[in-house]
Amino acid sequence: MTLRAALCALSRAVRPGGCGGLPLSRTLQVCGATIHASHPRQGSTYTPPPARYGGRHTVTLIPGDGIGPELANHVRELFWFCCVPVDFELVNVDSSLTAEDDINNAIMSIRRNGVALKGNLETNHNLPPSYKSRNNLLRTSLDLYANVMHCQSLPGVKTRHRNIDIMIIRENTEGEYSSLEHESVPGVVECLKIITRVNSLRIADFAFQTARQNGRRRITAVHKANIMKLGDGLFLECCKEVASGYPDIAFDTLIVDNATMQLVSRPQQFDMMLMPNLYGNVVSNVCAGLVGGPGLVPGANHGEHYALFEAGTRNTGRSIANRNSANPTAMLLASCLLLDHLKLPAYAHMIRRATLSTVTETRMHTADLGGQASTSDVIKSIRNAIQSTGPLTQSI
Amino acid sequence: INKVLNSIMCDLSLFQPLPAKYGGRHTVTLIPGDGIGPELLNHVREVFRFSCVPVDFEVVNVNSAMTSEDDINNAITAIRRNGVALKGNIETNHTMPPSVKSRNNLLRTSLDLYANVMHCQSLPGVQTRHKDIDILIVRENTEGEYSSLEHESVTGVVESLKIITRTNSLRIADYAFKLAREKGRRRVTAVHKANIMKLGDGLFLQCCREVASGYPDLQFDAMIVDNTTMQLVSNPEQFDVMVMPNLYGNVVSNVCAGLVGGPGLVPGANYGKDYAVFETATRNTGKSIAGRNIANPTAMLLASCMMLDHLKKSYFFSYVKNLCLNCKCVSSLQLHTADIGGQGTTSEVVQSIMKLIQSKGQLTTDL
Repeated sequence: MTLRAALCALSRAVRPGGCGGLPLSRTLQVCGATIHASHPRQGSTYTPPPARYGGRHTVTLIPGDGIGPELANHVRELFWFCCVPVDFELVNVDSSLTAEDDINNAIMSIRRNGVALKGNLETNHNLPPSYKSRNNLLRTSLDLYANVMHCQSLPGVKTRHRNIDIMIIRENTEGEYSSLEHESVPGVVECLKIITRVNSLRIADFAFQTARQNGRRRITAVHKANIMKLGDGLFLECCKEVASGYPDIAFDTLIVDNATMQLVSRPQQFDMMLMPNLYGNVVSNVCAGLVGGPGLVPGANHGEHYALFEAGTRNTGRSIANRNSANPTAMLLASCLLLDHLKLPAYAHMIRRATLSTVTETRMHTADLGGQASTSDVIKSIRNAIQSTGPLTQSI
Repeated sequence: INKVLNSIMCDLSLFQPLPAKYGGRHTVTLIPGDGIGPELLNHVREVFRFSCVPVDFEVVNVNSAMTSEDDINNAITAIRRNGVALKGNIETNHTMPPSVKSRNNLLRTSLDLYANVMHCQSLPGVQTRHKDIDILIVRENTEGEYSSLEHESVTGVVESLKIITRTNSLRIADYAFKLAREKGRRRVTAVHKANIMKLGDGLFLQCCREVASGYPDLQFDAMIVDNTTMQLVSNPEQFDVMVMPNLYGNVVSNVCAGLVGGPGLVPGANYGKDYAVFETATRNTGKSIAGRNIANPTAMLLASCMMLDHLKKSYFFSYVKNLCLNCKCVSSLQLHTADIGGQGTTSEVVQSIMKLIQSKGQLTTDL
């Protein structure tokens, strides 16, 4: 079993494009010293993602479960309203089916379009363990190795902490999420946590590139190398190697328990954080909680060839589904990240500004932020904000 | 004096003496550890001597710089002999080869201290962003991600094994529910990540549910670890007792410690079937503040109180505990150390605690 796992990891590691692959949209801006294996599609100029025809992009849309469908609808309506040149190709994935056809269709669609926007797909705990998490399948099949989440305190949202601005880079494909478990002796389960050199170098490189692009000064690697000496020790070693190639960016490390304690008492000290999969999950949720909750933070999953955008904390929101009370901010900001990726900054800026002004200035807050507005109220307010700033829109 | 005599009589009737009690005095192993450990444990000894607590400490030094395991084996033998220990954290040097296992971990696994209990309570007088927190965290202490089983079968690919067993999960769940019942708690929350680690955390969850069915008076629910940490940060008052495997326990206990005021305030206890080891809950070495007389002694003192409780010296326990709480109640910032925003030194805090003990009339040696 272990040999098979090792071989799987090895086959994943040996991949055309090698380490240090960059997301498509960031090629032009890189001026780092390291040389990377060249992307097959990139030349010296920007290559647009595929599925752009007649000036219009096609983006895969996976509504998901819970609040996903209603929020995806709102995004579509808003895009139509703002005349954004994006067409959505809707792919429904039914999470209750055990067959993998649905998710394979979705993966094929994303391969075709290059970009996707999705809601969270529910993982039913009662189904047998052979049924893998659909979200996880998506991420690993498309090799979306970097999850980026930017947590920022928004003025106008009441939180206990102020002035938080943390960017979290989380390894997205290996670590504890390898789904490799077995029960060799009844009653004793072994879960494998895989850390590979290739993936660790890749994610560290991505982090440092992103830091440079966004003008960040300091990266903190979060680990538990005092206990998992080989695993997290390897991760740490790779981070240090990559850090030596970026002398302008400060690099330090922190054990995960200390990191979470610091986050809770003094989150302003962190700038950018880099970590393997599970710690990334916990830390990103803590940060989301610190800035105001899961309804405010968008997340992006980047791979060498594809990009997938979603709400940062990947909640299904089953209990508030179809009640018109979900907070659309996270999904809308995720769609702005999507527009940035598609090199449509004007539209991205427009929608982002309107969304943020609704949250911070108009203070139209949904229930999760302590207000009483419904989702449609917030959307209407955003549309008004967009229309009032002048660009061409459809009539309301 | 009557009250004290009565309580002694009550204690004697139910008293099951632990080993290493001779002439009415207990012997407890003391492992100073590194960083702020030695100075804090000295203060504990001072306070104990001052309050005439019938406990003798057997000091066992463990040198974390040495690769040989003799030191830690001596410590383990001493704890086996005495049954109870009080320890500071022993540093784990990352630069040493992986064959040098974490000393703290070795202690816990050799003595099979399977339950780590941490009680996070908002203390009045300590300025925090959250109020009214009262969470009991029960964390599996021997297996899970801390099994130290790793290998590199292919160069550049490391596999770390996370072990979850049925017996240990049943054991820790049972401990959690018993503790909840004993302390009059209503609700136990299991923290897991079974949507991803279906077999592993799935087994843990299953065991918790089985045990929960035997305690119908206690409410049981389960929460995924990422949601838990987010809820802890926004709304920690909703949690009562939490039970979880090792790594999540580490993270969640540190988050809770941060919420109630920091690592200097919360004591932790590690219980096994035959032994008990007490220490600060967040197991910090405090290397950067060692020797500067600014460490917060509260966590270590409260840990020693928990130890006294374990030794069935309950009248001492409530006494000294009230003392520590009184120290926090005192609004004068002089009695807060730097980590909670004050300017007091460790020795000042300890002196004021001893003065308070004296003022309550208990028999003490001279200050």
